[in-house]
Amino acid sequence: MKLRKVTAASAAVLALALTATACGGDDSKDSGSSSSGGGKIKVGIKFDQPGLGLKQPDGSYAGFDVDVATYVAKQLGYKPDQIEFVETKSADRENALARGDVKFIAATYSITDERKQKVDFAGPYLLAHQDLLVKTGSDISKGTDLNGKKLCSVTGSTSAQNVHDTIAPKAQLKEYSGYSECIAALQSGAVDAVTTDDSILAGFAAQDKYKGQFKLAGLKLSNENYGIGVKKGDTATVNKINTALEKMVSDGSWQKAVAANFGPANYKNEPAPKIGVIVK
Amino acid sequence: MFDFLEGYDVLGAFWTTVKLTALSAVGSLILGTVLAAMRVSPVPLMRGFGTAYVNIVRNIPLTVIIVFSSLGLADIFGMTMGAPDDFKLQGFRLAVLSLVVYHAAFVCEALRSGINTVPVGQAEAARAIGLSFSQSLRLIVLPQAFRSVIVPLANVLIALTKNTTVAAAIGVAEAATLMKTMIENEAQTLAIAAVFALGFVVLTLPTGLILGWLGKRLAVKR
Repeated sequence: MKLRKVTAASAAVLALALTATACGGDDSKDSGSSSSGGGKIKVGIKFDQPGLGLKQPDGSYAGFDVDVATYVAKQLGYKPDQIEFVETKSADRENALARGDVKFIAATYSITDERKQKVDFAGPYLLAHQDLLVKTGSDISKGTDLNGKKLCSVTGSTSAQNVHDTIAPKAQLKEYSGYSECIAALQSGAVDAVTTDDSILAGFAAQDKYKGQFKLAGLKLSNENYGIGVKKGDTATVNKINTALEKMVSDGSWQKAVAANFGPANYKNEPAPKIGVIVK
Repeated sequence: MFDFLEGYDVLGAFWTTVKLTALSAVGSLILGTVLAAMRVSPVPLMRGFGTAYVNIVRNIPLTVIIVFSSLGLADIFGMTMGAPDDFKLQGFRLAVLSLVVYHAAFVCEALRSGINTVPVGQAEAARAIGLSFSQSLRLIVLPQAFRSVIVPLANVLIALTKNTTVAAAIGVAEAATLMKTMIENEAQTLAIAAVFALGFVVLTLPTGLILGWLGKRLAVKR
């Protein structure tokens, strides 16, 4: 009797899971076939980067990537309530696009040659640089100051590799699986600086709980051209997104979004990049 | 097809995995044996401690233990593990410490089940000829217990080998860390993941086969 109940329960769960996935499939088909109006559009963002893409406790999303994605989706003909944000972690971005899980990805996605072989990029829509976040009052002001200092970055990230290879091979590098851990280490004084793209750092420093504690060192250690990832070969969407991005810059929404998301962290943003121009 | 492997020290990363595994295996075997001895000892306080340790530690996720060791012990309490100026070594030692602490609980339980296979008469006979508790455990009970739990211990060892990947969370340069780096650079998730999956099969499959064979040969026939 008990066994039968368990079987029935698991059958119900299975059926539910199947219908749920079926719904998901329909949605993505909708967003894939119709380019304007009707249905939903799925957009890939990050959920864990304040200032860029952050899922807030109340379930809403905030950040510069979110603002850009919302603007672009609007130009493609989708109202804000028709946008469904999907978390695309760094390792999963290429596959999510190839499978058609998302229509496009705006998630601190730097345009590189290796990635261009797998996906197409619209944009760039923001030029970021690798930078350091230090405590207010720290004396680190140039790259060579880092030798002998303690640095924190995320395991495997491009920034962490840059520190090893070029910027300061003698710096002690601590690696964590997320930037939040690094920020905690910086706050407790276990490391002297956190390094990654200045946009990401500015997002953390602009959070209410850290206001006034950290500042950006303002070193331009690398150029990161953030693009919007689109499925390989989908030139029509790339062109539409490029048009949308140009419009976002020309009508002032771009500047407004930058100021709103990175404002309080002494972040001097680059002027809006020209579409198709990649700063090496 | 495998040109994405160029420029990466895949073997070096797996060597770190092997070192992590070997050191943690030795450490957890020692600590686990001590814990098992405590759990069967006649002293209630020691029994209580052993039971509490096992039940607490084996129910905390390994990720939590490892991240706590780095964020809590090292960053906040300033525990440097004898390497204050070398984050690489510090991270490695913290990872070994966490892996030992965690897997000792599982070694302890495997071993305790082995102790339970030794007939009570053996321990009674040991007492009868005047051996103390520690002597009868060391000379009579544990040697028989170990021989009957080689296969369960092999399972713990295989799990330990795979669990070393959690050390990537604090940046220890082992296989999973390199995998993250490669995925970040090469945008070839599936091929890279397949290479690393194969690497772990190469590490763990022989372990299982050899220890399985040993387990059969050495088991005490009753």
